[in-house]
Amino acid sequence: MAEGELKLLGLWYSPFVLRVRMMLEQKGLSYEYLEQDLSNKRELLLKHNPIYKKVPVLIHGDRVICESLVILEYIDENWSGTGPCVLPADPYERAVSRFWAVYIDDKLLTSIIGILKAVTEEEKAENIVDIHAALEMLEESFKKCSAGKSFFGGDYIGFLDVTLGSYLVGIRAAERISESKLLDETMVPLLVDWENRFLAADCAKKTLPSVERVEEQARMIRGTRWKVASAN
Amino acid sequence: MASEKGVILLDFWVSPFGQRARIALAEKGVQYEYKEENLTEKSELLLKANPVHKKIPVLIHDGKPVCESLIIVQYIDEVWSDKAPLMPSDPYQRAQARFWADFVDKKVYDCGSRLWKLKGEEQQAAKKEMIEILQLLEAQLGDKKYFGGDSFGFVDVAFVPFTSWFYSYETCANFSVEGVAPKIVQWAKRCMERESVAQTLSDPKKVYEFVCFLKKKFGVE
Repeated sequence: MAEGELKLLGLWYSPFVLRVRMMLEQKGLSYEYLEQDLSNKRELLLKHNPIYKKVPVLIHGDRVICESLVILEYIDENWSGTGPCVLPADPYERAVSRFWAVYIDDKLLTSIIGILKAVTEEEKAENIVDIHAALEMLEESFKKCSAGKSFFGGDYIGFLDVTLGSYLVGIRAAERISESKLLDETMVPLLVDWENRFLAADCAKKTLPSVERVEEQARMIRGTRWKVASAN
Repeated sequence: MASEKGVILLDFWVSPFGQRARIALAEKGVQYEYKEENLTEKSELLLKANPVHKKIPVLIHDGKPVCESLIIVQYIDEVWSDKAPLMPSDPYQRAQARFWADFVDKKVYDCGSRLWKLKGEEQQAAKKEMIEILQLLEAQLGDKKYFGGDSFGFVDVAFVPFTSWFYSYETCANFSVEGVAPKIVQWAKRCMERESVAQTLSDPKKVYEFVCFLKKKFGVE
């Protein structure tokens, strides 16, 4: 296990950053958090992630790791003896977790942004349909992965929990802005129950920003960067 | 799917993603049943094994499906861990391997497709991007025998199937891979000395015929 100080370059509302922070918290690992300004990227970010120039970037001593899911697996393998496991031990269950993590990132981010950027009711409705469909898939996936336990990871929050969990605040903020129901207990009851348990866990409580703050940020981005005119 | 013992791979002959799985299985000496899919008329088995994306490749091991090519390769590496390890053992080296395999995934196929689908300025932009991608990969390879160092590894498996598409990229966009990334071309030749790769990769001329067929189908000329 490699030693060295941990630093994380991040953005306070990015789901990709939040999941890494929650996992570091879950593993009881202390780190220095360095908030980045993506409109004015500083040398440290450009030096350590020259390929994508994005966050999160984990700096561990003289090692640099980019891409959130790669970082989560690094945390799992480098600190395998510390705290709960990130990924399941069984290769098939690991493959299933990896599959759903990729699915979550593929579907949820595009749909949430789609809802927030939508100019017409039709556009908004299309994205809502997409997100509902994705969440229904994830409801089924939760049934299989959790096998009756509290989290996707079983008894403990794991890889898939933090990946999906990192979108929760964004989803609830998008609901308020679009005046729609996305994570609907009548459609995905197990996921809503899981959400309550997840948000009550220490790693989520200590890391996730409030829905209000994310809503305010999203409204600001809509107005200034995306120039979406709205009544509210 | 019954829980039949054994390994089945649902695939499509020219798919570089399917070829990753085939190479990994061959490196490990795993016996498996190859099933060619007709992508315009997908089989019941494929739709059942990959209901989410309905795509190949799908590895079915003792009745359980694994989808997404890089996930399949990692699964093969973890299950058949006694032979030809594809991932390094050090966590940081593993992170680097995952990062670069993901880079190939995000960049090569998509940019490559734009090279034959687009014309004029858009094609020029795609060509510029492809050259950058190849040069980044070349810098990562450096003077190593393989991306994995002395051993053929995860990033090699992820990228090598695309080398049989180089001829198509070069012909459609009018450039030379050897001219912009000679070390990559040398690396590709070394990989072809491996039986797993030589027996799996499609002939570049056949790939080009396939690309021409796709161009006609999509009305590109």
